[in-house]
Amino acid sequence: MSSHHESILREPLVTGRNITYAKVTEDILVPVENKPNKAWWIGFTIAALGALLWLVSVSYTFWFGIGTWGLNKTVGWAWDITGFVWWVGIGHAGTLISAVLLLFRQNWRNSINRSAEAMTIFAVICAATYIVAHMGRPWLAYWALPLPNQFGSLWVNFNSPLVWDVFAISTYFSVSLVFWYTGLLPDIATIRDRATGLRRRIYSVLSFGWNGSVKTWQRFEIVSLVLAGISTPLVLSVHTIVSMDFATSVVPGWHTTIFPPYFVAGAIFSGFAMVQTLLLITRKVMNFENYITMFHIESMNKIIILTGSIVGVAYLTELFIAWYSGAEYEQYAFLNRVSGPYWWAYWTMMTCNVISPQLFWFKKIRTSVALSWILSIVVNIGMWFERFVIIVTSLHRDYLPSSWVMFYPSVIDVCIFIGSIGVFFTLFLLFLRVLPAIAMAEVKLLLKSSSDQAKQKLIKENAVNKEQAEFYKESLNKYDHVQENEYAKL
Amino acid sequence: MSDIKYILGHFADPDDLMHGIDKLQEGNVSIYDVFTPMPIHGIEDKLGIKRSRLPIVAFCFGALGTVLAFSMMYYMLVQDWPMNIGGKPAFAFPDFIPVMFEVTVLLCAFGMVGTYFFVNHLFPGRAPRVMDLRATNDRFVVAIDAEANPYPDKIDNILKEAGAIEIKHNERKFLSYE
Repeated sequence: MSSHHESILREPLVTGRNITYAKVTEDILVPVENKPNKAWWIGFTIAALGALLWLVSVSYTFWFGIGTWGLNKTVGWAWDITGFVWWVGIGHAGTLISAVLLLFRQNWRNSINRSAEAMTIFAVICAATYIVAHMGRPWLAYWALPLPNQFGSLWVNFNSPLVWDVFAISTYFSVSLVFWYTGLLPDIATIRDRATGLRRRIYSVLSFGWNGSVKTWQRFEIVSLVLAGISTPLVLSVHTIVSMDFATSVVPGWHTTIFPPYFVAGAIFSGFAMVQTLLLITRKVMNFENYITMFHIESMNKIIILTGSIVGVAYLTELFIAWYSGAEYEQYAFLNRVSGPYWWAYWTMMTCNVISPQLFWFKKIRTSVALSWILSIVVNIGMWFERFVIIVTSLHRDYLPSSWVMFYPSVIDVCIFIGSIGVFFTLFLLFLRVLPAIAMAEVKLLLKSSSDQAKQKLIKENAVNKEQAEFYKESLNKYDHVQENEYAKL
Repeated sequence: MSDIKYILGHFADPDDLMHGIDKLQEGNVSIYDVFTPMPIHGIEDKLGIKRSRLPIVAFCFGALGTVLAFSMMYYMLVQDWPMNIGGKPAFAFPDFIPVMFEVTVLLCAFGMVGTYFFVNHLFPGRAPRVMDLRATNDRFVVAIDAEANPYPDKIDNILKEAGAIEIKHNERKFLSYE
């Protein structure tokens, strides 16, 4: 609020002139209250075709069985689990932005948390489709739950990380959904109060009768804070448990204690890359440049360098420990990873995850929209390969050389993967159409303290000293949507 | 005059709103409620609203989750059907921790949010108790019960002086959506 004063004048989180509370609502609701533009329709058509491909290939799998995939006796887990871990990992950034950054009072999260959380939910849905699909007999999926049954009440084995995973993923999905939807209520109420007719009725039901009274807001803030507090360890636990699916086995290449932190860092890394991929396009197509500014893009790129470097250190640690362990199986597993028949996958992973994100040390690169977008795609590719390398190269040459094989994906494998991307984008594009992609109430909170116009006003009133004003003006150079000539007269 | 049920003071800025609340309180006008498009920090203290007890609810539900998860696993794996897995003990407590944690978080989140919806009467299909449509957009609205404070002119003056940009005299408490 206005009682909040900064010790130094920081970069603005909202740019643009004459941004009022009403203008925030107007700008953000443009895609929701109007007919979609051509770009949306093109994207939606392509995504829906992808979703259709997914439907066909998953139906084919269910009809003919898992034999339609490229799996064999040695490699019994490959493309499906790669896709599952990839999607779950992508989901993690949404929770990180909405929960961890809230606890750290990082206000820049306010304009990106909504779409990042939506991304989390859709990514976890995609991940869940892989779990169900790889069961082969999805109608027996309830066997994973501890339900009373007719097998002498043979319960699920709670010593198994796969059962932990059932609990972790379902908790993660449902808690993320609750967190996201609770945050949406005030914004849905805004749409409701501006709409008429049937739209008003629909949004009225969705708004749960929100009215923005003092007590509602007070409790709302408490609920958000507590949810953030419990989601933070939750998100760490989810990928920890996913990594334990591998780490608690006795397969060389999987049986390592470094897996939990390494997987969590990788998940945040890939998730931020996906947020970047989505938001850079959303920002452009929906004209959200004033709310998702260069500061946001740069901050996310900084997180990508950090987590990418953690992942890089983890790769090297794995190699070192494999050598240092003196265990022949372990050493071979890693030698095979680096220089075996899947060397190209390993080096794709190394290049995309460890080497190319280091380019973000250059300010020119991390403040360039086009390069950020390209590198975010590169990271997505690299992180997919990471999971592929961990899973397939550890399995395909097992203890008996007579059963060494290669894994080749079948057409159905590839179609399910491409299809799941289609499902993801279909859901995301529908979300952009019917719900506000930026949390309006939270952006309104920033208007008086962190917007460019509020800071300009401070400079004009000579409320800050000259050096700071200069520093502030210089920091605006990187913003792609701020005209510098407006600052000449300050 | 006697038909007026509620007087609404619209402010365009949260600081003006806070100022307005101060002025109204100085004039001994009781405030029914305040509707805002975003949370206003510090307003609870001004209006004398007590701290929310939702964190306590959250803790209780979380603790319930921990206990439930532990008892479930203890019953299933130790009491009802102990399995001999390589001669290891059936009561392997460290293996219970992940599921205990997840169920704790699950119950904590659902219990707390459920309680929040319950106490604030939020549920799908609930008719919105809205006094002014712009309160979810760009107006910070103070609502004053006109029957409890039967001096509308004085209230209007206070609001105007405090910087209210619009003052409404409503004959109905809530807006009808039809």
